[in-house]
Amino acid sequence: MTLTVSNLTVHHGAICAVNQVSLTVPAGKLAAIIGSNGAGKTTLLRTLSGLKHPTQGEISWNGENIVGTKPEMLVRRGISHVGEGKSVVPELTVKENLELGAIWRRNNQESKESIENVVSIFPRLGERINQRSDTLSGGERQMLAIGRAIMSKPQLLLLDEPSLGLAPLVVEQIFQTIRDLTNSMNLTVLLVEQNAMGALKIADLGIVLNLGSVAVAGSASALIDDPAVRSAYLGY
Amino acid sequence: MDFLNTLLIGITAGSIYSLMAISMVLVWRSTRVVNFAQAGMALLSTYFGFEAVTRLGSFWIALPVAMVGGALVAALVEMILIRLLVKHSSSGPIAGVAPIIATLGLLGVIRASTSMIWGGQDVRIVGPVSNDGYTINGTTLVFSPLKLLILLTVLVLMLILSLVFQKTNIGLALRASAYSPEIARLSGIKVDWVRTLGWALAGAAGAVAGMFQTVNGNGTLSPDSIEFSLLLVSGFIAAVIGGLDSLIGAVIGGLVLGLMISFVLMYISSGLFFIAPFVILLLVLFIRPQGIFGAKAARRA
Repeated sequence: MTLTVSNLTVHHGAICAVNQVSLTVPAGKLAAIIGSNGAGKTTLLRTLSGLKHPTQGEISWNGENIVGTKPEMLVRRGISHVGEGKSVVPELTVKENLELGAIWRRNNQESKESIENVVSIFPRLGERINQRSDTLSGGERQMLAIGRAIMSKPQLLLLDEPSLGLAPLVVEQIFQTIRDLTNSMNLTVLLVEQNAMGALKIADLGIVLNLGSVAVAGSASALIDDPAVRSAYLGY
Repeated sequence: MDFLNTLLIGITAGSIYSLMAISMVLVWRSTRVVNFAQAGMALLSTYFGFEAVTRLGSFWIALPVAMVGGALVAALVEMILIRLLVKHSSSGPIAGVAPIIATLGLLGVIRASTSMIWGGQDVRIVGPVSNDGYTINGTTLVFSPLKLLILLTVLVLMLILSLVFQKTNIGLALRASAYSPEIARLSGIKVDWVRTLGWALAGAAGAVAGMFQTVNGNGTLSPDSIEFSLLLVSGFIAAVIGGLDSLIGAVIGGLVLGLMISFVLMYISSGLFFIAPFVILLLVLFIRPQGIFGAKAARRA
């Protein structure tokens, strides 16, 4: 299933955070959106998951326009959003956070099976299944956030800065896991990252956002080789 | 014997305050509104209970009737009034207080309406069992079969509530929506309806508090009943003692308050009836402004 965004414009009050953005992520592909702070990456992602309303433009998922659909309904259509900063409920246990992801299915048996699946992907979560999630390390919390999203059995996964505040070794693990999940679950993934190099390495496509607009788009490997992108975002 | 008496009276009154505090906490957790109309809604529900007792003759049928009535009223208030106010006053200096002031207005409206429907005179609700104290070794206690029953009923209701919160999907949805509404929505929870449900549960808890407060007092009910003003104040204080965010905190806050008032009245002066709760509130706010169970530590339940 393909995600197509056309001429999307989003405002924060009077400020235009996303300006006439168009992009396409084909089914089963991993697209990295990179760009500096304030480039509109998070706003774009929040608009895609229905948390924010666009001023104009279209978002087409699986051939249908989803602008105006609430986030709780978009989950039911296969769109899962992992928010910025380890999107877990700190007061709930690891198990409860995972159950949350499958709660709308109202099928406890299926939920149990999904938890086993997530635990097989992230064994660390299995070891801490009954702990409160605010006792987890940053990396474990990010695993839990991704695990919760997977519990919903998504087809489109929106990830907002999963590497934020994590140690380099953990970042590498998380990125590798995202790549593996994309392949094994045949997910379409939109990955927003400040860690441009790490994200482009695992991505199929790369999109550079600058001041709310698409500056460059293309295959991830082409972006890594692009001298302009290198000097501006990859730092060498 | 005095000590035992004071202890038991304190626990009984405290258990009613706990229920009221639970209803304040449920509303606070669902919509971040301090609901001053909670006692008004409890009053209205208790009138529903009065109608049921009068027509059907059984307190045990009237109690669920009052609970359902209270839940419906609260759900309607949330859907019609609070939801709109929260949506439309999302910015500007009055954004945070508009819904709270609206609940104050609602309190007035409910009081006026009950007085129009049921008149200003006292009506009576007869309790299910006697409120005459037990006699031990020739001494008559204030603690009565009615008080025992109240205590047990509150205990059972709290047990059910905690099971619902800890063991069911609805409970998980209620907790997740309270702690992190955005994550709840992204998990597919219809947070608007969960908020309404939180209010409905609060309405039901308030109805039980109202029914018990009435029969535990002198059994009479009137639109400007002092018992209900006391219930609002006590419920609020108990909720604040417990940290306003914690259900367990609300229960303990209610019991602590009930016991403190009871002991102050017994051993210091019965003239402190209206002052004691406020002094306790001030002490808590000075010493532990986040409440005994304040901050995130107690948000488990």
